[in-house]
Amino acid sequence: MLSKVEEAKKQKQRKKNLRLLFRSSILLVLLAAVVFALVSNFTKDKTVIGVGTEAPNFKLERLNGEGGEVSLDDLKGKGVMLNFWATYCGPCKEEMPYMESLYPEYKEKGVEILAVSMDSNDLVVNRFVDKYELSFPIVRDNGGQVLELYDVGELPSTLFINADGEVVEKVSGELTLDRLEGYLKKIEPQ
Amino acid sequence: MKRITCESCGHVNPEGTVLCEACGKPIEKNQHIDGNKPGKLLNMRYEGSARRSQTYNKSVIDKIWNFFSSVKVGVTLIVITLIASAVGTIFPQEMYIPPNVDPAQHYADQYGILGKIYYQLGLHNLYSSWWYMILIAMIGTSIIIASIDRYVPLRRALKMQKPKRHKAFLQKQRLFSESENISAEDVEHVKNRLKKQRYKITEQDGHILAEKGRFSRWGPYVNHIGLIVFLLGALMRFIPFMYIDDYVWVREGETAVVPDTDQQYYVKNKDFIMETYDENDERYQEAIQKQGGAVPSNYQTDAVIYKASGEAVTGEDPELEKVKEGSIQVNRPLKFDGYALYQSSYQLDEFESMTFKIHETDDESEEALASFTVNLMDPEYEYELDNGFRVVIDQYFPEYYMDDGTPASQSKYPRNPAFVFFVYPPGEETPEVSFAGIGRNVDASGENDYKVGLQNFEVRDVTGLTLKRDYTLPIIALGGLIFMIGVIQGMYWQHRRVWIHPSDSGVMLAAHTNKNWYGIKREIEKAIDGTGVNMVEDQQEIKQ
Repeated sequence: MLSKVEEAKKQKQRKKNLRLLFRSSILLVLLAAVVFALVSNFTKDKTVIGVGTEAPNFKLERLNGEGGEVSLDDLKGKGVMLNFWATYCGPCKEEMPYMESLYPEYKEKGVEILAVSMDSNDLVVNRFVDKYELSFPIVRDNGGQVLELYDVGELPSTLFINADGEVVEKVSGELTLDRLEGYLKKIEPQ
Repeated sequence: MKRITCESCGHVNPEGTVLCEACGKPIEKNQHIDGNKPGKLLNMRYEGSARRSQTYNKSVIDKIWNFFSSVKVGVTLIVITLIASAVGTIFPQEMYIPPNVDPAQHYADQYGILGKIYYQLGLHNLYSSWWYMILIAMIGTSIIIASIDRYVPLRRALKMQKPKRHKAFLQKQRLFSESENISAEDVEHVKNRLKKQRYKITEQDGHILAEKGRFSRWGPYVNHIGLIVFLLGALMRFIPFMYIDDYVWVREGETAVVPDTDQQYYVKNKDFIMETYDENDERYQEAIQKQGGAVPSNYQTDAVIYKASGEAVTGEDPELEKVKEGSIQVNRPLKFDGYALYQSSYQLDEFESMTFKIHETDDESEEALASFTVNLMDPEYEYELDNGFRVVIDQYFPEYYMDDGTPASQSKYPRNPAFVFFVYPPGEETPEVSFAGIGRNVDASGENDYKVGLQNFEVRDVTGLTLKRDYTLPIIALGGLIFMIGVIQGMYWQHRRVWIHPSDSGVMLAAHTNKNWYGIKREIEKAIDGTGVNMVEDQQEIKQ
């Protein structure tokens, strides 16, 4: 008699546990779906290449200086400031002289500045480079592939990449001289 | 778990049962659950089964479960979502306002103070807001949980039902009759007639249950499965592999990378064509007059799709292999490898090249001494001309405007090209400076002997293509199909049951259907025709 009562109790407990497990797992699956939807929705417009990700390689023709091809992989071991700009972009014109003024000092320290122009032809870029006497490498992204690759939406946009090829900072919009120097210090190779 | 043993038939029911699963006898202490009152008909929804386990309410999980299981909660969620959806249509959503305006400014300018509030509350992006998505998710949760909580006990109750029903159950059915002195032949006759009308007959100790169309009871649950599949399909639109919606502008003669394809595909615009209806055709004249101008009949891009082959680093010109060539027209996309390019916008007559001539400043007939053509997408630095002239492009502004007194360009596209030319007359080493553009021809010094003027220009069109890939459509369509099957299943068939219960001196006849009471009455009429069995009375109608 006692064993029967106990068995009934045990079965009751088992059923209860099963119910809890069933309900919990269904609620958990639903919760996971909701979290997935919300997270995807909020990261939808965020860039793929951001702080902490590896900067993907590209190769473009250099317009100024000694010419030739510049690829990001060739700059491994150096800090790289990757600047997206265009001659028709007002704020870009403002920050170019800052970059030029800091370039010689940081080039010594192992930091390279690479400016990727979005212009449609070489002429406007070269005239601009001559006018502002820019000595750091200037390349032109003819088809906008590099812009697409880096998912840059606004000009100017600047990525600071450390010696290991990892993006340390991403800035949309114009930089001041102070901020620029601060970021350049961050990517100095040790 | 406290089981309830039926006093009448001895069947053991789960806790919370309202009507015994086997014989239908009302379980006295649980009648409040379905609101059954003495002397009134039984509430037959869910067969009086122990649904929504309202009885277990101990853990947090149980509480959440019971919250979503409630139909009241479900309906409330749907009403809130409907109201919210309606609010989202008061003003246009952000995606429908012009792309190059500041939304904050736009809403305030267009719709005044209400527009400003609308924007600040974030209602301009209502359908992708976190709270709207949570509302939809809660409806989905409610559909799933409420369905599980009703389907399982309902199926159990219908499986357990016995032909032998308790008198109280029969008497409290909407359709009921009692007849005296009925012979066994008459009962057999009724049974066979019911069978002929495709009822399934089960018998137990002379008690008969005739049943048909039980599967229509599953209609709502099939319907809910459809909704869930539909929602899952919508959810998958967040996976980039499943759903892509992007945009690309391509100029005539140019090849552009197709966005979102990992730089794998390129599209070339061979030609953009815009055609209008023939104004001389009588059929169209009236409509064209009404419109007050030409009416476009076709927008078309003749395009070539290429695929990059080999391992090119981004930025390098990849080797392109032709994949497909064809015309893109409105609603007739060009499809390739799961992608589709749709015609969705255009710009006519963007400048492609300009031809300038040099003439003497004081020559009124402006006779050309020399001329040169500038390719606006790839201008040369220097042009050697006939008659010994030499021209150097000092500045080029593709989309010229004056920025605080200095000439500048608004974009890289030659929409309003202007140049600063250095003109070296034959044998001269110092240039004359000229500014020339569309409708502009300025002599910077005022002492130039030669003037540069626009002689000719060529234009080209730009096409705007929408890139789409939507693997979620089949899933959404499947959801819709399942939904419709569920609706049809529940609407076009009815679950009908007739019980024949022998009593001391005659028979009791009771019947139930989930809808279409007229239909079941006609079937019973046919079944009892010519026998002594009384026609059932509609007890609900009598009471009213």
